[in-house]
Amino acid sequence: MVEGVSKMGETTNSNLLQGVTGDWEVVVGMEIHAQVQSKAKLFSGASTEFGAEPNANVSLVDAAMPGMLPVINAYCVEQAVRTGLGLKAKINLRSIFDRKNYFYPDLPQGYQISQFKDPIVGEGEVIVDMPDGISFTVGIERLHLEQDAGKSIHDLHPSKSYVDLNRSGIALMEIVSKPDIRSSEQAAAYLRKVRAIVRYLGTCDGNMEQGSMRADVNVSVRRPGDPLGTRCEMKNINSMRFVQQAIDYEAMRQIEIIEAGGTIDQETRLFDSRNGETRTMRSKEEAHDYRYFPDPDLLPLEFDQAWVDEIAAGLPELPDDKKARFISDLGLSPYDASVLVSEKARAEFFEEVAAGRDAKLAANWVTGEFFGALNKSGLGIDETPISAGQLGALVDLISDDTISGKIAKQVFEIMFETSEDPAKIVEDKGLKQVTDTGAIEAAIDEIIAANPDKVAEYKEKPKMFGWFVGQVMKATQGKANPKAVNDILKAKLDG
Amino acid sequence: MTEFTKLTMAEARDGLKAKDFTSVELTEAHVSAMEAARVLNCFVTETAERALMQAQKSDEKLQSGTGGPMEGLPLAIKDLFCTDGVQTTASSHILEGFVPRYESTVSSNLWRDGAVMLGKTNLDEFAMGSSNETSYFGNVINPYRRPGDETPLVPGGSSGGSSAAVAARLALGATGTDTGGSIRQPAAFTGIVGIKPTYGRCSRWGIVAFASSLDQAGPMTRTVQDAAIMLGSMAGYDPKDSTSVDRPVPDYEKALTGDVKGLKIGVPKEYRVDGMPSEIEALWQRGIDWLKDAGAEIVDISLPHTKYALPAYYIVAPAEASSNLARYDGVKYGLRHDGKDIVEMYEQTRAAGFGAEVQRRVMIGTYVLSAGYYDAYYLKAQKVRSLIAGDFKSVFEKVDAILTPTTPSAAFGAGEKSDDPLSMYLNDVFTVTGNLAGLPGISVPAGVDGQGLPLGLQVVGKPFDEEMVLRVADVIEKAAGPQAAPQEWWKA
Amino acid sequence: MSVDTETVRRIAHLARIAVKEEALEPMTGELNTILGWVEQLGEVNTDGVEPMTSVVDAKLRWRQDEVTDGNYPERVTGSAPDGDDGFFTVPKVVE
Ligand SMILES: [Mg+2]
Ligand SMILES: [Zn+2]
Repeated sequence: MVEGVSKMGETTNSNLLQGVTGDWEVVVGMEIHAQVQSKAKLFSGASTEFGAEPNANVSLVDAAMPGMLPVINAYCVEQAVRTGLGLKAKINLRSIFDRKNYFYPDLPQGYQISQFKDPIVGEGEVIVDMPDGISFTVGIERLHLEQDAGKSIHDLHPSKSYVDLNRSGIALMEIVSKPDIRSSEQAAAYLRKVRAIVRYLGTCDGNMEQGSMRADVNVSVRRPGDPLGTRCEMKNINSMRFVQQAIDYEAMRQIEIIEAGGTIDQETRLFDSRNGETRTMRSKEEAHDYRYFPDPDLLPLEFDQAWVDEIAAGLPELPDDKKARFISDLGLSPYDASVLVSEKARAEFFEEVAAGRDAKLAANWVTGEFFGALNKSGLGIDETPISAGQLGALVDLISDDTISGKIAKQVFEIMFETSEDPAKIVEDKGLKQVTDTGAIEAAIDEIIAANPDKVAEYKEKPKMFGWFVGQVMKATQGKANPKAVNDILKAKLDG
Repeated sequence: MTEFTKLTMAEARDGLKAKDFTSVELTEAHVSAMEAARVLNCFVTETAERALMQAQKSDEKLQSGTGGPMEGLPLAIKDLFCTDGVQTTASSHILEGFVPRYESTVSSNLWRDGAVMLGKTNLDEFAMGSSNETSYFGNVINPYRRPGDETPLVPGGSSGGSSAAVAARLALGATGTDTGGSIRQPAAFTGIVGIKPTYGRCSRWGIVAFASSLDQAGPMTRTVQDAAIMLGSMAGYDPKDSTSVDRPVPDYEKALTGDVKGLKIGVPKEYRVDGMPSEIEALWQRGIDWLKDAGAEIVDISLPHTKYALPAYYIVAPAEASSNLARYDGVKYGLRHDGKDIVEMYEQTRAAGFGAEVQRRVMIGTYVLSAGYYDAYYLKAQKVRSLIAGDFKSVFEKVDAILTPTTPSAAFGAGEKSDDPLSMYLNDVFTVTGNLAGLPGISVPAGVDGQGLPLGLQVVGKPFDEEMVLRVADVIEKAAGPQAAPQEWWKA
Repeated sequence: MSVDTETVRRIAHLARIAVKEEALEPMTGELNTILGWVEQLGEVNTDGVEPMTSVVDAKLRWRQDEVTDGNYPERVTGSAPDGDDGFFTVPKVVE
């Protein structure tokens, strides 16, 4: 159940860019490289651990020593299938590994083992929710398995580049989208959604800073309704923000060129995060000729449908399904539901808070106070100072009338600061709600007696009722049960 | 006193077991022979010291009765097999000085079974050649000469150092590799036995790759029985090679029953190529007659796509090679020639490190895989390859083995064909089909040409039926009778 | 199809082999001889024929996801013609 799904490629006017000569539409396709969360590499037994000494996580196979041969890691195959299923894509029971040939110092074999004509995963789709509540669908062209390259470091020496092969041979899933994205915001939202899916599945940690997820972005512009324009590709962008910046810069660059009467050259461009600009890296003429051919060191990769079905049966609930369930079973608003499922950790936190409690109340607290506080303090959900159990306990105190919603906000602030349990805070600070009607009655009597003018005014203007409530709450330090205050006050004033 | 270097591997093995002599004695004799034959240029690297150390250890094991199936037997190893701590060059300048820190699976298997390494034998650079004239370390000389003629003859290739070493009695046996005939053709040229097993029978792990879908290691020995012994040790499943096949290794010696009665032997008409010398025709006919006399049934067969095997090979093999050789780039090991930038460093290193034939094949391979040509060349060749494999498949429904000549001629003189790549490539016309289809094939000495130079007959079998191939070859060997050893002119 | 010296120059660059100017012409001739000869494959009707993708009739085996290798940086970089501080080093790559 998804509302507001627009058709693939359809755009709303809000996505158009204004040029000097009129409106332009930006068209974006993405290739996401997601590192498989495996212990060992795709074709060798070396570790994939991040941060090792240079060339420590390297086997003779990864270093392309003469006579070394690849043997495939079963777990990586399984994770590619899981991810394919998560992208609602066609799983190919027979796929082929090809060699992509080019020379580069961080590519020790002189070729990358990848999949070209026959990938392990075919077409699928991803539904992306935008903050304005509109959703759109991005078609998935394919997902294939391939080896990562090593790392070249260019700033350690004036005339040399340094090569570390630790990453060489780590399994990557390359997820190729169709050109269904129409703005930099959509691109970031799509990337975020794919990251959420792989995190739900546990197939990739989605950590962009460490490079376990990178994006190649293809950008072109056209007049609305025109055929596709010439595209430029920007490789290896490693943050959401940079993806947006690169697209924004690149789209305007292309628009300016065309509006000035020029044409776009198909090329690979480099995004420079220091100034937010892109610049030419390689033109089409100097483009690589990769000479793909099936890797003769490997046989075709084959498995049966029963195995795929088994994996499908073991998949966790994915964000789209979870969102639908939150709406239909828990009665959450579509907006709250999509905010909660947007990250696996968020959804897990919420579900723990909501377990056995009023789900709507829990959702309000998680998306309102809790996310707000995290945001304000710049913390990720994995750095939260309070546990889901503690927030749940706070919700319980509201539900059983121990404290009012207003007091709960005070308690929450203290919890967030001190990580203390809410019950202890309520106890220590004496914040327990006053439900003793005698005490409330006494307070009300005192206020009525002290303010005969206000009582008279109330007879004319029933709106004055709120003023009395405020006085009572003030007198009880906010701890009086609001319903009891209302009932008694009404009886006394009207009676 | 036993003339140790005249022994066959089987005789030496039995003598060691019976404690008639020691491995040190046997090994010393072969080391001396190796050192006395340096003019043949069989070895890139001699490892005499290591050999004697291994021999001593073998003697201890033989004494205690714990020796392996090849305990104490001195062998030569083609310098395409990576050997831990011993320079491995593929006879290329680009790998000169490269000392692997690992041991190929096939050579490990031999050491596991007790064999002794005499040294690393010369070959055509990266196994690309049929005459051992493309080695960076110089030509290998065939121990055979035309009578009264001192013209150096080629030992065949690419396993020419191995074939010459075994023929000259410098080693009891040697390892070879065969991508398009590189075991069988040199075996034929030097009057020895060489078997290329089924693709997947011997592990390729640790063997410098030439063309991955065609490369296969095998033994080169002086008798069929010796080949059976050595193959049994080399073969076997290796989880480190995804193309290695997991099936038990039979006792190949037991397959030599001497009995071919009732077997159907196919004789393919397409192997009667234009301009085939009459002595090759005669040799083939002799082979047919021997098998017929032994009770086999000769069946005329047709392998219609034979003619296209060689051109298909010269697309597939260079294509794979162009990719396999990309790792020799001056970064991780081997030669580096500097340049003003990374691209120039690559280009200078590879221009200096690869010889002319390797460069030629890398160029061809790069071209046939390049954008716009892949379908016309590589894909087409792989389709033709399917047809060739299909030819064999249907023929093997009717016959047990196929008999052909190994080569279209005897050994030729050095330099006679090196200017003409195409005529050089024709050397492999009868052997290359077995590589394309992945089938086992053996070359067995079966006589001499008009000038007294050795000639071989080839027996090709079904996948993983090395036993049949050895059994038929053994019968041919017995029928052909003892072959004359080369005159030891290099000792003079 | 035959190649000209420009194509040979391009292929040599793709293969990262420096070819001297004077060697281009003879190399072009050699390549054309070989290419002309292999083109006889054009005579073979391969309609509907699957290309050979594997020589052995077996399924690709999978290994378990276990760390069984690595942790010997000195064996990895020990044969390198140039290196520093555990890294391989090459002439500076400018992007
Ligand atoms: Mg890509
Ligand atoms: Zn990729």
